[in-house]
Amino acid sequence: MAGLAAHALTCVKRDRVLFSDLSFRLQAGSLTYLRGPNGAGKTSLLRLLTGLSLPDEGHITFNDVPIAECLPQFHSSLIYIGHKPGLNSALSAIENLQFWCAQHRVEFSLERAYDVLTTLGLVGLEDIPVRMLSAGQQRRAALARLWLKSASIWILDEPFTALDINGVALLESLMKSHVAEGGTVITTSHQPLSELAGHIALLDLEYQI
Amino acid sequence: MTTFSAALWTGIFKRDLALAFRQRSELAQPLMFLLMVVTLFPLGVGPGPATLQKIGPGVIWIAAILSSLLAMDRMFRDDFWDGSMEQYLLSGESVWAISAVKVLVHWLVSFVPLLILSPLLALFLNLTVQMYAALMLTLLLGTPLLSLMGAIAVGLTVGLQRGGVLLALLLIPVFIPLLIFATSAVDAAALQLPYRAHLAIIGAMLLAAMAAAPMAIAYALKVSQN
Repeated sequence: MAGLAAHALTCVKRDRVLFSDLSFRLQAGSLTYLRGPNGAGKTSLLRLLTGLSLPDEGHITFNDVPIAECLPQFHSSLIYIGHKPGLNSALSAIENLQFWCAQHRVEFSLERAYDVLTTLGLVGLEDIPVRMLSAGQQRRAALARLWLKSASIWILDEPFTALDINGVALLESLMKSHVAEGGTVITTSHQPLSELAGHIALLDLEYQI
Repeated sequence: MTTFSAALWTGIFKRDLALAFRQRSELAQPLMFLLMVVTLFPLGVGPGPATLQKIGPGVIWIAAILSSLLAMDRMFRDDFWDGSMEQYLLSGESVWAISAVKVLVHWLVSFVPLLILSPLLALFLNLTVQMYAALMLTLLLGTPLLSLMGAIAVGLTVGLQRGGVLLALLLIPVFIPLLIFATSAVDAAALQLPYRAHLAIIGAMLLAAMAAAPMAIAYALKVSQN
């Protein structure tokens, strides 16, 4: 069975069990919408799935291999965009993307990057430091990675934060086309996803006391 | 192999150099601090040439250690808080290699200017040519050690909101052996005695740190994400 799967995950933060014995499988060609109230452990779960943090119990497999044993392959087919945008505020958007592509061994061409920034409406802003951009523009610059790296698994933590209506629609239709091409997306959001995102599988986390 | 080095070369080395160039003032401030501390000593303890020559090597080394602490957390602080660190850890590149390259850039931008400035400091404190040569050699071998050990402590404290003072408390005891051997090498040079043994010990510490520190930094950075 291909794809990313969680097996009996337990996550404890500050003596509080966020979730326990959580198992699921993210199929190729599916969009999973992770829902839950504040503090339910959505970000913790997504970070566990990327391998950035380790579960207290249980394990995560990628194509049925535990991710700790196939980190390079797993990371080369993963894009994670977290709460923090991962953009250095002193560098420009284009520099940030160029260096990120080099780190992730993605072929980088300026034409391609300019095309993506045009799609995202950041033309004319590509060479000013990221700290001068608005929150929504910074979010767009971070999301440019989804266009630049061809990775099958997208783990997106609140990707719609600070985006305007057009930005939300753009990202939703990108998710839909990624899923149609056999990609896997798991995302959190506090606004419900619209029809533009296509078919949605739901995954609910409860707030545990 | 080519893609391996390209990821580190462009993704980390050139990035950090570009960033250092963008943030020149952050790098210049510790050097100004160093210069000012060293100039305070002739004013505070008296400008007698013999006194200055006696305390000179120790003053320069202590000022170098203190000023390095000011800019040490630059190494990983911004990367941690803006999320770049997460992206490094997910890049598929080995974390120890990334850490090693980042330490190298830190040494190049923080300590090479100090080495260039050191003749001026030696002049201020009336060091002889032999003493200056010894001082230069100890700085050359000792400052990479400061960067390597500093990076471990920065990795451990980067997730804390106010890690600044804690960083100093962690690092100053670690630097004591280095300070002892470095200043006694310069003292030996002042008496025209051989000081190769002192340099050999500093070199041995440096080699041990080069072998072990990148792993320790990588571990600290991974733990900081948990």
